[in-house]
Amino acid sequence: MTGDAQAWLDVSEDASSLMLRPQGDWVVRHAETIDKALGAIHALDRRAATFDLSHLTRLDTAGAWLLYRTGRSLERAGAKVTYAGATAAQSTLLNAVAKSDRPIAPTPRVGNVLTNLIVRMGSALSEGGRTALDLVGFFGLVLETLAKTIINPFRMRVTSTVYHMEQTGLNAVPIVSLISFLIGAVLAFQGSEQLRRFGGEIFTVNLVAVSFLREIGILLTAIMVAGRSGSAFTAQIGSMKLREEIDAMRTLGLDPMEVLVLPRVISLLIMMPILGFISAMMGLLGGGMVVWMELGMSPAMYIERVKDAIGVWDAGVAFIKAPVFGLLIAMIGCFEGLKVEGSAESVGQRTTASVVEGIFTVIVIDAFFSIMFVKLGI
Amino acid sequence: MTREAIISVRGLRNQFGPQVIHDHLDLDIYRGEVLGIVGGSGTGKSVLLRTILGINRAAAGRIEIFGKVRGEMTRAEEQSIERRWGVLFQDGALFSSLTVAQNIQVALKEHLHMPQKLMDEIAAVKIGLVGLPPEAGPKFPSELSGGMRKRAGLARALALDPEIVFLDEPTAGLDPIGASAFDELIKNLQATLGLTVFMVTHDLDSLYAICDRIAVLAEKKVLVTGTIQEMMTQEHPWIREYFHGPRGRAAMAAKSTPPRS
Repeated sequence: MTGDAQAWLDVSEDASSLMLRPQGDWVVRHAETIDKALGAIHALDRRAATFDLSHLTRLDTAGAWLLYRTGRSLERAGAKVTYAGATAAQSTLLNAVAKSDRPIAPTPRVGNVLTNLIVRMGSALSEGGRTALDLVGFFGLVLETLAKTIINPFRMRVTSTVYHMEQTGLNAVPIVSLISFLIGAVLAFQGSEQLRRFGGEIFTVNLVAVSFLREIGILLTAIMVAGRSGSAFTAQIGSMKLREEIDAMRTLGLDPMEVLVLPRVISLLIMMPILGFISAMMGLLGGGMVVWMELGMSPAMYIERVKDAIGVWDAGVAFIKAPVFGLLIAMIGCFEGLKVEGSAESVGQRTTASVVEGIFTVIVIDAFFSIMFVKLGI
Repeated sequence: MTREAIISVRGLRNQFGPQVIHDHLDLDIYRGEVLGIVGGSGTGKSVLLRTILGINRAAAGRIEIFGKVRGEMTRAEEQSIERRWGVLFQDGALFSSLTVAQNIQVALKEHLHMPQKLMDEIAAVKIGLVGLPPEAGPKFPSELSGGMRKRAGLARALALDPEIVFLDEPTAGLDPIGASAFDELIKNLQATLGLTVFMVTHDLDSLYAICDRIAVLAEKKVLVTGTIQEMMTQEHPWIREYFHGPRGRAAMAAKSTPPRS
């Protein structure tokens, strides 16, 4: 009746009974065709229905399920269903399928869009609050471990710390230098363009020097380090957590805070000011080059003007901020890494969170610093 | 007795750098049998499995699958062969971002066109077949126990009703009750679906309970193949040690006393 080259169904019917003859390969490949053919079958008050399986060449679970399902709905409609001509293997399969007739929900239940939206907003809010609280707790834990290590310096993992200093500090020098140099050049170029309007292009030097030393150098470095090293910390610790390495550590009497977190925190604490300094210098270099090319100011003159433009505190401010940013980025990276659980997806989510939170925190803290320094008059 | 070999491996050589894993390895897998692969750690059981599956590329040798030679197939032929087998990896290797039911439907979605409702029904049948409760369907792999993950992995392997399933240490990491239940499940499925089973295992109880034939991997090749009775009479020291050691004897004793029911 309904046709496909490899699987089809012959139906003969009279007033009281149905005769269904499945033919060909009733396998999963043809499931859709078979499903459509069987969809047209209805009991329509008939008392009996017979499946004649003797013409089937192949039957698999999908085919057996479709047969069984049709039989079941015919039975529910009040017909007496018999299966004729089934081989032993086919009957076993039909029985096995009948035993597995328990519908499932393929995906977890989802509610309506509006409630979900509100629920998600609420849970994001409470999640954010909890994260902030946990982060403060973690900060305390890090400080405690740091204090313990200062009291007993032999507990410090020197090899690990130096390794992380290389990874997060030394290896970041090329990219930090390049980006700072370019931003310095761009800033000088745009600045001189604007300042020229009222003849103050000479102040381009002040613009570049002060902004790079006070703000941009260290902020740029912090953002790059958060993207580069904060994310790496999260992924490293996160995959260790997934493979139960952290649990193993605890059972061996090692403190993950001491073994994993502290070396990373200390390494960024030390490397951040150095990277910030390199960034400021490269920014000045980039700015100097543009000033030289655009305004014709000689390098010697540029250095003189930079000296005039900046005070001790301009550099001091950056050196106060740098270790704080390093501490925050390392701490958030490790904290998110330790929060990984369950699946590979969680590592991805946590890594994203680590970078976002890292950059966000750095910028917020930087704003506080700015206000503080202005109020203090330095 | 003529039996149809659905996979035959001839002169296989595998090596990683200077380390040769297999050399002149021959093996046949016949339709409808349960073949157990045993061998010490590091003899390349999993490598053999992965080479047959085409995940590893062999250094030399000929692998014939369903009458087609690996390496001489077109991409379309390879795909059609991939639909005819199912693989259960050691820890299930379920996709962690999909639910159990969605894991089962991956192959259905990829290779066939059918309405979502029918796919849900087929997933439900497979979940029932491997003995998982219906509640497992909407769960994510991370919410399942090890034994349930293996069952779910098996359900995914069976999604396209394959002719042959490859099992990589199916009972490893299961408790003895779970392991026997899994053996029983494989035996039942094999009988019901007429499957051919290629099973890498260390579990002597599995070998006794469900394997028709055993292939011993040692000295870089398949040393012997035969039934478990034939293994008992082998003189090779490793095989003697393996099947006559304390664990081997215990498994044999367990097999000869039928379980009370």
